[in-house]
Amino acid sequence: MSERNHSAWSPSSRELQRRALRRKLSRKQGLIAAVSSILVLGTLTAILITSPGWEVVKATFFDIQYGKEVFPTVLKGLWINLQLTFFGAIAIGIIAMGLALMRTTKSPALTPFRFLATAYVDIFRGAPLILIILLVGFGVPALRLQGVSSNVIVLGTIAVVLTYSAYVAEVIRSGILSIHPSQRAAARSLGLTSGQTMRFVVLPQALRRVVPPLLNDFVSLLKDTGLVSILGVTDAVRAAQINASRTFNYTPYVVAAILFLLITIPMTRYTDRAIRHRTQAQNSEGAI
Amino acid sequence: MTNVLELQNVRKAFGFEVVLNNLSLQVPEHTATVLIGASGSGKSTLLRCINLLETIDDGQIFLDGQEITDPSIKVDDVRRKLGMVFQSFNLFPHRTVLENITLAPVKVQDKSEDEAHEIATKLLSRFDLADKADQYPDRLSGGQQQRVAIIRSLAVNPRLLLLDEITSALDPVLVNEVLSIVRDLKQDGMTMVLATHEMGFATQVADEVCFLESGNILERGSAEQVLKNPTDPKTQEFLKRVHQAGRL
Repeated sequence: MSERNHSAWSPSSRELQRRALRRKLSRKQGLIAAVSSILVLGTLTAILITSPGWEVVKATFFDIQYGKEVFPTVLKGLWINLQLTFFGAIAIGIIAMGLALMRTTKSPALTPFRFLATAYVDIFRGAPLILIILLVGFGVPALRLQGVSSNVIVLGTIAVVLTYSAYVAEVIRSGILSIHPSQRAAARSLGLTSGQTMRFVVLPQALRRVVPPLLNDFVSLLKDTGLVSILGVTDAVRAAQINASRTFNYTPYVVAAILFLLITIPMTRYTDRAIRHRTQAQNSEGAI
Repeated sequence: MTNVLELQNVRKAFGFEVVLNNLSLQVPEHTATVLIGASGSGKSTLLRCINLLETIDDGQIFLDGQEITDPSIKVDDVRRKLGMVFQSFNLFPHRTVLENITLAPVKVQDKSEDEAHEIATKLLSRFDLADKADQYPDRLSGGQQQRVAIIRSLAVNPRLLLLDEITSALDPVLVNEVLSIVRDLKQDGMTMVLATHEMGFATQVADEVCFLESGNILERGSAEQVLKNPTDPKTQEFLKRVHQAGRL
């Protein structure tokens, strides 16, 4: 029916005028954007190229030939980062969920856990990741505990997981707290226990709400896995470093940076889109 | 007639503000008790206390003769016997209409998915909502949402239904489709306690009307008595204001 209405309608002359004007205005805006972009980017490029050290920088940072040569080694290192991100993310998800639930519980039996979870989050959210990596990486093997791995990849992963679990727990907790108490009241009045209410009513809504910030943390996680290189893990960063220190040519760093960006930029774009969708959905949900 | 619900000298305060003050009430089986009164007179708090969503400060509440305000009683077991419908519907936005209704029968009453499904479908078609079963709540009009909320509370076959200003968030056109369900339930013999501002509707369903004023029942009796011939000046004043607002 709407189609029939649509075909019966032809725009009035006023509407056609408006459209013509809009087109004119958007052409003008496009022109302004183009001129300003060319000016800004052109100036920056000019400054870069005309700087006294440009020739040296070009040779030591942007040596395409050398870049191609080190590419396979850096890529192999990146595979370590990706693996670390993948397994880390799984562990982080589980631990963070536990922490968030512990921090939001009101059950008296779990009071000590609530306290411990709060202390945990305070510590690991507050300390720089690089320090945690160093402490775990060098501290744990020094304990010489039986059966505890001294593999740097494992220790590095543990350090990253410890820190990120605290970040992610806070994101999940904020999601849980964002669910209106009336949802809980409705569930409890139906006779659901507090655990059932959390599982079937609160968490599904909370997690949906925090997908965008979680994706954000996931991107950060991938980048921060580069920090385990300080333990001697041959990841992308370390692979680049080894090559760079051998030849005093820093192109491998640029190669590593480009490889990270190739993965993180699409993820960031996707996150932005998810946030936009989320905001729109929430607005249409109104008071809920 | 046995009393399904009995409140004895119930007191509830939030800080220094006394919301329910020495309030007593009996609700016999198959009757509807209507609570009227200005906003803040304690109607909602009373319903939330019955449902144990709030803890009372003094007095006793009995459900089928059993004291539910005993601290050792299992709160979830009490709530299983009570249905509650809220002013703002409080449907679960991430679950479809059908999933909203089947949640409690499956998780609380341990019914099978099929059984719960059947109960829900029956109720939905009874109240002309069968075609909405697979929709999400935010696709529904306010009136439809509230009808689903009522069905959700009915699906567990409650002993007593608590309705908290269930039409206050609806525009006048939608009010009636919700109220007609309540009329149906009343005819089925459902025991109910409801807070409302719809005086016409109160007249139709109420076996007893209670006028609440600063935490106590100032006047009670049949709808005819309380709504048409109130004796207390405060009740008269309240009804006059309701009348002026065009709700009588």
